[in-house]
Amino acid sequence: MSTPKTSKPIDRRYIFLILLIGVALPLIFPLGFKSEVSDISRQVYQLIENTPENSIMLMSFDYDPATNTELQPMAKAIIEHAFRRNHKIIAVALWPQGVQMADQAFEYILEKYPDKKYGIDYVNMGFKTGGMVTIQAMGRNIKDVLPKDTKNTPFEEIELLRNVRNYKQIAYVISLSAGDPGLKQYVMAAHDMYKVKVSGGTTAVSTPGFIPYINDQNQLYGLLGGLKGAAEYESMIKVKGTATSGMDAQSVAHILIILFIVMGNIRAFKDKNQKA
Amino acid sequence: MKRFLPLMVTFFIGIIVISSEFIPHKPFSSINAGLENWFLIISGFAILLGQISLIKVNSNKVYIKAENWQYYLIGLISFGVMVLCGILWGTQDANGILGSHVDLSKWLGSKPFVYLFDNVYQHLSSTMFALLAFFIASAAYRAFIMRSFESNLLMIAAVVVMLGRTTIGTSFTAWLPQGWRFLHLPDVANFVMNYPTNAAQRAIMISAALGIVGSSLRILLGIERSYLGGGD
Repeated sequence: MSTPKTSKPIDRRYIFLILLIGVALPLIFPLGFKSEVSDISRQVYQLIENTPENSIMLMSFDYDPATNTELQPMAKAIIEHAFRRNHKIIAVALWPQGVQMADQAFEYILEKYPDKKYGIDYVNMGFKTGGMVTIQAMGRNIKDVLPKDTKNTPFEEIELLRNVRNYKQIAYVISLSAGDPGLKQYVMAAHDMYKVKVSGGTTAVSTPGFIPYINDQNQLYGLLGGLKGAAEYESMIKVKGTATSGMDAQSVAHILIILFIVMGNIRAFKDKNQKA
Repeated sequence: MKRFLPLMVTFFIGIIVISSEFIPHKPFSSINAGLENWFLIISGFAILLGQISLIKVNSNKVYIKAENWQYYLIGLISFGVMVLCGILWGTQDANGILGSHVDLSKWLGSKPFVYLFDNVYQHLSSTMFALLAFFIASAAYRAFIMRSFESNLLMIAAVVVMLGRTTIGTSFTAWLPQGWRFLHLPDVANFVMNYPTNAAQRAIMISAALGIVGSSLRILLGIERSYLGGGD
């Protein structure tokens, strides 16, 4: 008895090679297609745009270098927008490596805004363990939770924090989040318990899980979803950053994956017919 | 007594924390504030525990020469180097026990800890995450096959959302007149995300929340005791 012949699948190394070329070429030779801005990204922009000048915002860096490509462009774009609006930024991190990500983002933006001063316009309060309980405790007294910044300057000696006690003095919270703890905990603790406006950005893969929080109760004021969200934000603030250039590469990768799905289905269809 | 005491502590602490949500006044609010501080302190120790565990598990693998023990050794050495750099020369702003060592920092361009983070860890970490794209592409070719009505539906939704989230996909239907705008790929992708996906996500979230309430009550009432260790 002979077994029905099945077609040989493409060697996965060819798939890897095609994808590598497909991602690399648009990075070297940008295609220049434009991203349309979605409503949820526009809400984030409007939150910052409509908040009065000199307001204080809390920016939480809840990610590590693994998601750098998606979340760091968001951080840079949001900091730039906030600086343009003269908002003061208190940076914190619920992830240990978030401290370095914050430093890198500020360092990059300060080249464009050299007049912004540490301790007056922005401050990095560093990493704090504890996740949701940390966010909850900041609602009572931020100083208790973050007594010193990353330079070991005591809370009371930092000019930006002189009148900051808890979330009542914070205009809005932005969390850039790659998982737990992160944006979800800020929605549950900072917004739901202390009624502070919360917004942020996530990796593309976790975006659908946050869309239910964008509702009539404004649990979440918009959301930047993945690299596309970052590219949309860059286009709103009229900056061509790494997200805008990266979107071409991501678009080609998506198209290639769709082509692979089609090819896989054609192969499966052929095999099915041969078996029949 | 060995089991009774932890069960009682769990019950009373749980009741205090729940009560403070409904009665945000003294004494519940102040007790809850104290408990939050306790939690933050214990969380700090959890990091230390994690590091001890990492050293113990990896050292053991190297000691018994388990399969691929060389990688565990590299992991241990990397961990040690980062910790040493942090302790000796400090991190970004904080000084180490040897001060900031200006000469070394000048030679490297930054402090050793920051240099390793920026030039080694960051790129390795991004690379690991980026590798996912290659596996997804390979898996898409092999596994994403139309076999049933449900898989067809899933595939059509996936293709629409993927195209709608790309700049190229946007340009495919950008020519559509205003009256046909509802067929514009980003709008169709947003519809899929905002309605069917959102509805399913909400159902999952509500179910998970009910599950958490149920399991929390089981722990508070001492029905679920697995966190104490042992069999029952």
